[in-house]
Amino acid sequence: MTLAHYLVLAAMLFTIGAVGVLVRRNAIVVFMCVELMLNSVNLTLVTFARATGTVDGQIMAFFVMVVAAAEVVVGLAIIMSIYRTRRSASVDDANLLKY
Amino acid sequence: MDTVPADGLLSASWLLIALPLAGAAVLLLGGRRTDRWGHLLGTATVAIAFVIALACAFSLDDRQVAVHLFTFIDTGSLEVDAGLLFDPLSAVFALLITGVGALIHVYSIGYMAHDPRRRRFFAYLNLFVAAMLLLVLGDNYVALYVGWEGVGLASYLLIAFWHERPAAATAAKKAFIMNRVGDVGLALAIFVMFAQLGTVTYEGVFGSVGLLAGGTVTAIGLLLLLGACGKSGQFPLQAWLPDAMEGPTPVSALIHAATMVTAGVYLIARSAPIYDLTETARTVVLVVGAVTLMIGAIAGCAYDDIKKVLAYSTVSQIGYMFLAVGLGPVGYAAAIAHLLTHGFFKAGLFLGAGSVMHAMDDQVDMRRFGGLARKLPITFVTFGLGYLALIGFPFLSGYWTKDAIIEAALDRGGVSGWVLGGVAVLGAGLTAFYMTRLMLMTFFGRARWAPSAPGRPAPHPHESPSVMTVPMVVLSVGSVAAGFLLVQVFPLDEWLAPVFGEPHEAEHVIAPAVVATVVTAVMVLGVLAAWLFVGRREVPVVAPERVSVVTRAARKALYADAINESLFMRPGQWLTRALVWVDNRGVDGAVNGLAAGLGGSSSRLGRAQTGFVRTYAMGMLGGAVLVAGALLAVTAG
Amino acid sequence: MTALAAAADTGVSLGTGEAVVFWILGPLALAGALGMVFSRNAVHSALWLVTTMLSLGVFYVVQEAPFLGAVQIIVYTGAIMILFLFVLMMVGRDSSDSVVETLRGQRIAAIVFGVGFAGLVGAGIARATQDLSAEGLDAVQGGETSNIEAIAELLFTRYLLAFEVTSALLITAALGAMVLAHIEREPGTRLTQKELSRARFLTTDRPQTLPGPGVFARANSVATPALLPDGTLAEDSFATGIEPAEVDQMPHPTGRPQLGGPDDALGTRDGASGGNRS
Repeated sequence: MTLAHYLVLAAMLFTIGAVGVLVRRNAIVVFMCVELMLNSVNLTLVTFARATGTVDGQIMAFFVMVVAAAEVVVGLAIIMSIYRTRRSASVDDANLLKY
Repeated sequence: MDTVPADGLLSASWLLIALPLAGAAVLLLGGRRTDRWGHLLGTATVAIAFVIALACAFSLDDRQVAVHLFTFIDTGSLEVDAGLLFDPLSAVFALLITGVGALIHVYSIGYMAHDPRRRRFFAYLNLFVAAMLLLVLGDNYVALYVGWEGVGLASYLLIAFWHERPAAATAAKKAFIMNRVGDVGLALAIFVMFAQLGTVTYEGVFGSVGLLAGGTVTAIGLLLLLGACGKSGQFPLQAWLPDAMEGPTPVSALIHAATMVTAGVYLIARSAPIYDLTETARTVVLVVGAVTLMIGAIAGCAYDDIKKVLAYSTVSQIGYMFLAVGLGPVGYAAAIAHLLTHGFFKAGLFLGAGSVMHAMDDQVDMRRFGGLARKLPITFVTFGLGYLALIGFPFLSGYWTKDAIIEAALDRGGVSGWVLGGVAVLGAGLTAFYMTRLMLMTFFGRARWAPSAPGRPAPHPHESPSVMTVPMVVLSVGSVAAGFLLVQVFPLDEWLAPVFGEPHEAEHVIAPAVVATVVTAVMVLGVLAAWLFVGRREVPVVAPERVSVVTRAARKALYADAINESLFMRPGQWLTRALVWVDNRGVDGAVNGLAAGLGGSSSRLGRAQTGFVRTYAMGMLGGAVLVAGALLAVTAG
Repeated sequence: MTALAAAADTGVSLGTGEAVVFWILGPLALAGALGMVFSRNAVHSALWLVTTMLSLGVFYVVQEAPFLGAVQIIVYTGAIMILFLFVLMMVGRDSSDSVVETLRGQRIAAIVFGVGFAGLVGAGIARATQDLSAEGLDAVQGGETSNIEAIAELLFTRYLLAFEVTSALLITAALGAMVLAHIEREPGTRLTQKELSRARFLTTDRPQTLPGPGVFARANSVATPALLPDGTLAEDSFATGIEPAEVDQMPHPTGRPQLGGPDDALGTRDGASGGNRS
């Protein structure tokens, strides 16, 4: 049991989140996957804070949380307004910007 | 050989060029308003120019006069002044051009009377006279080149004057293109001069040409000769001249007999200081002259077109002149003398031929003539005098000047002298043969007149109006007297001494009297042969098909056109086709292929922009994988 | 104290307790993540994600970051996930994904890239941090200084500017959410009550409001439909998606019929026309 375990766990969580972003079509679920990725990053930050013996990593994680909160608020508002106009929460339905 | 600045009347010699040029400008820019009096203006400018030239020549007395006009080109080290050089050589040319030119202008008033575009014809004629005068009066090679191209342009315009006739248009193109070959040579010669000597004026070039290496001088000489061959219809560029007869007959007389085609002789004579230094180039000139002389004479024997016979005669006579200038100092004066007398009698002959055609409803086939001596008495007499002058009948023009050339050729001594002299004598015999044939077929025998084209009335020959006959009479007087005057009374070689040096009495290999006798005898033989073959029996209306190989070859002008075609035209066409193919498939293909490839790949790349966020996210993840892999590879490796 | 000495040499040794926690919660977090990705229902996804986040919160606490652990649980699992669910409900919780993938090769590529990424990053991390010694945070937050104090000290000194900027970010986000979610209406386009009722009468065959659940029944849950005056179920009051429950009726009135009472007026007494019967 070493700190590397945490890091590998974080990497796996991150990957699952990334794959989820790619395969899920519900915009809200996609958002959740993004949150999962952010959380996995937070885990690495906290782990490295412990490894280096400073709390800077924790502060970084704290900022990530704040930014994630702001991002969720705006993102969900965007999803709402898209849903209001397109009657759909699928990310595939918002595909007007193309060739 | 010092050049002095112009003074008095000579400083106005630029008027010689300016007057015809102004005439051409007025006639071309004035449009139809000048239709009624345009021909008179055109004739007047040339006539006044003749008077000025005459006055200038009289006030010249053994000087070489430079007239500085303005700086023409001034770029870096190349400075070309537009200046004129009025010396005995350019004086005789100016007199010939304006004199014969004025007569032919007068003749054209009658000849072109019924042509709706007569005004334009006179404009082109004036343009030609101006360009020709610039050619002979310029004091540097660039001015000569400008005039050279100017006469080429005028020649093109005049040959194609009846451009609605395909033959005329083709002939004009042929003349222009073949001239271009020669012009390239002339241009290259000027380039070499400038590159090697830094100057293009006659004075500068002749002053320092002796410093050059022999090879360079020979190269300049040969390039100049190429230019001369192109303009003068000499071997191997002789094929355009007979075709140029598609132009109106006064054009044939003025440009393609008397003046423009002798520009090559002028060029070589003017460049005498260069040729004096290079035996090789002179030898080439000799060979060209001799070969052309024979080609022209042989082809002249077989043609039935009266103008083409005269054209080949011109080719042949200019061959004599080339032969003469190729002989070096002994021949220059003889060449110029023959040029002058030839200008008279050949112009007269062409005007006579024009008069005959005028009478015969533009028929040119001699087999359709015959018995015209009674119907066209003045034409017959003047033509006959020109004929006698040309064949070298004793004491007429051709006798004096052609004999001088033959003598000079024989005086060269050795094998080459005998060969050249022999060729010249043989040429004289052939000249007598084909000219007698022409005379017999045209003026004697049974009338074989026929409509010139189906559906037109049979011609009723009538003598031309006096506006046409007077110039013919004047020229025939020149044909009779010019030789005697130029050789005996008013020796041209002394007049030209400031240019070519004092004439020195050559050591005759054969006594002149013997030569004259032999030449005359050969001439008589030629006349007799012509009478035997042509005059004695009926002339067939249609050219006989079953003829010897020699005749067939002569009818094809010794296959000059066929050779040109197979050597240059067809390979040129192949090359053109290949280049077009390369251009279409290769260059265009590359460009279009590149464009199509870019367009296709961009639209295919555009397909990557699906609009699906998840696709883009996939790209990001792929990129992240690549970066992670690269990082790992770098740190691990 | 032995821990401090060990930290000076080889770093903090990770205790057995932590290992136990890790091996229990680690797989749980992974399962939560996988469950989130594979659930067809978005609400289930959210619940799976909550599992993962809670596990992570515990990890934070274990890794000497109790403040972050608390924030993780309160802010993330509490606030943000509730926000998610809130939006899910507004958007429609029944909008579950179809299993058919519309983008060709998307799933295969995602899996290939995911496996590749996980392999590469995991291998890289494993290689680089194989014997990463844990320094431990005893130096900065041991003893008298708590974790919160350590964070606050840094946050309000070195990271003060970032902290202030974050506040601006939050305000901007709040404003942005309002702008995005707000529906612009022209003044005067809002219908008055009179117009609304007129429209209701004109367009529907049911001008009055729907009956609430449980009217005249003994329970008022959404599952209990309302009763019509004759005791039958009012279908208009059926809740969507819920099987109507057994209706437990109100006890019959036991008293004598009163003159002028509502039963008299409505005739709803047991036996229909009870008032006249006795």
